Amino acid sequence: MSTFYFIAFLSIFFSILVITAKNPVHSILYLILTFATFTVHYILMNAQFVAIVNFIVYMGAILVLFLYTLMLINLNKDSEPQKSNIIKIIGFIAGGCFLVAVVAALKAYQTSQLVVLQNPNLGLVKNLGKILFNEYLLPFEVSSILLLSAMVGAVLLATKEPKTT
Amino acid sequence: MGLTDILIKLGLIVIIFLISLVIAMYSTYAERKVAAFLQDRVGPDRAGPWGILQPLADGGKMFLKEEIIPTNANAFLFIAGPSLAILVSCIGTAVIPWGQQLVIGGHVIDLQVADVNVGVLYIFGVVSLGVYGIMIGGWASNNKYSLLGAIRAASQNISYEIAMGLSIIALLMTTGTLSLRHIAEQQTGFWHGHWFTWNVFSQPLGFLIFIICAFAETNRSPFDLPECETELVGGYHTEYSSMKLGFYLFSEYINMFVSGAVMATLYFGGYNFPLMHHIHSPNLVAILGVVVLFAKIFFFIFFFMWVRWTIPRFRYDQLMDLGWKVLIPLSIANIVITGVWITYFK
Repeated sequence: MSTFYFIAFLSIFFSILVITAKNPVHSILYLILTFATFTVHYILMNAQFVAIVNFIVYMGAILVLFLYTLMLINLNKDSEPQKSNIIKIIGFIAGGCFLVAVVAALKAYQTSQLVVLQNPNLGLVKNLGKILFNEYLLPFEVSSILLLSAMVGAVLLATKEPKTT
Repeated sequence: MGLTDILIKLGLIVIIFLISLVIAMYSTYAERKVAAFLQDRVGPDRAGPWGILQPLADGGKMFLKEEIIPTNANAFLFIAGPSLAILVSCIGTAVIPWGQQLVIGGHVIDLQVADVNVGVLYIFGVVSLGVYGIMIGGWASNNKYSLLGAIRAASQNISYEIAMGLSIIALLMTTGTLSLRHIAEQQTGFWHGHWFTWNVFSQPLGFLIFIICAFAETNRSPFDLPECETELVGGYHTEYSSMKLGFYLFSEYINMFVSGAVMATLYFGGYNFPLMHHIHSPNLVAILGVVVLFAKIFFFIFFFMWVRWTIPRFRYDQLMDLGWKVLIPLSIANIVITGVWITYFK
């Protein structure tokens, strides 16, 4: 349990650093560390497959692309251009509303129900695969179609429109 | 787990770490000798007999060179880059099964540091982390050439990881396990029933895709675009000097060693060798297995060098075309073929 609290502390600490860091590239590096702590959380929950996939997909691919994009567009500028006061006020109000909503949601569900796993080894690859392809086959396939359509949409947006002349 | 077991594991870790470093050191020497052989030259021959002390001289030089951190560089990340590169390349060896179990005085010694049940994915994760060292170092140098090298490294690694992952999926369909030890055990001997046991004979296309991707992931020629000296001065390590440069060069050779070990384990039977069932002493088989595995790894390292000094470097758009338009469709086709083969012929 103490390991959990330590890792949870690190997660929150690094995520705070993500939003307070001045330099966007530093933000991404802290985000990488945050995801690394998530991987440890998954391992603590005995979900090894999710842990390693989180490691490969988020830390190894998505954040590399984040870093890639930032390095391309923001060539070593230490900070972003100053935002106007009105944007700051809007951001403050929006953030405050979100905080209120989150607190209210937590208030509404004071006693959270503990989810008891039927099989403590659910996170191992073999069990996970069997459950995904038996019990949850439909949601699994539907989500894969969703991803496919997102991919096709991205390609469609990226290609230039053919000239109509 | 008793104290002896912990000591044995610790010893194994230290030995593997030292072996990776020594192999990386002598790979630099081997590279120059192979290059010399292929170009009909002599190569390094002054330090010691046949120049075998050359890596020590190079290492000494690396340590003693002046340490330079450019004024406008981000000092912390500038140092973190090469450190991360060498750290990530060293942790890949943790899940490789180096041989069968040794039994010494009642103690069973596993010649593997950690038998993780998602070993293949662990290797894959380490590979995908490898690019951070290059990216961070290239960005922190505050130099346009370094930045271009870092960006090239990122896009190249992301592109080839996809094809590599897809080629591994086809392999996993035939093996049915993610543990490297189980995969090595399945390839025992050389010939079983009516077909070879080594995976390269059931997954030839997958192996071809995998080895091409391994070249790209280790940034080796013909895919060494991140450090392409004709266009980018020195690529991501333009600003680096002394041992920080040494770490980058070293990590490339350790990566070669690790990817050789992974290819040998996944496709070339790991520590298994023909006629191993005719030797009755298990310890002898284990030791011979380690020797055989290292022979395979050395062959792959030689192959990396052979290709480097034979094939000219790709152009950047050719590299991307090969990755996205050739290797990914091919590896998807390989998955489909493997699926059909498993359904109808097994």
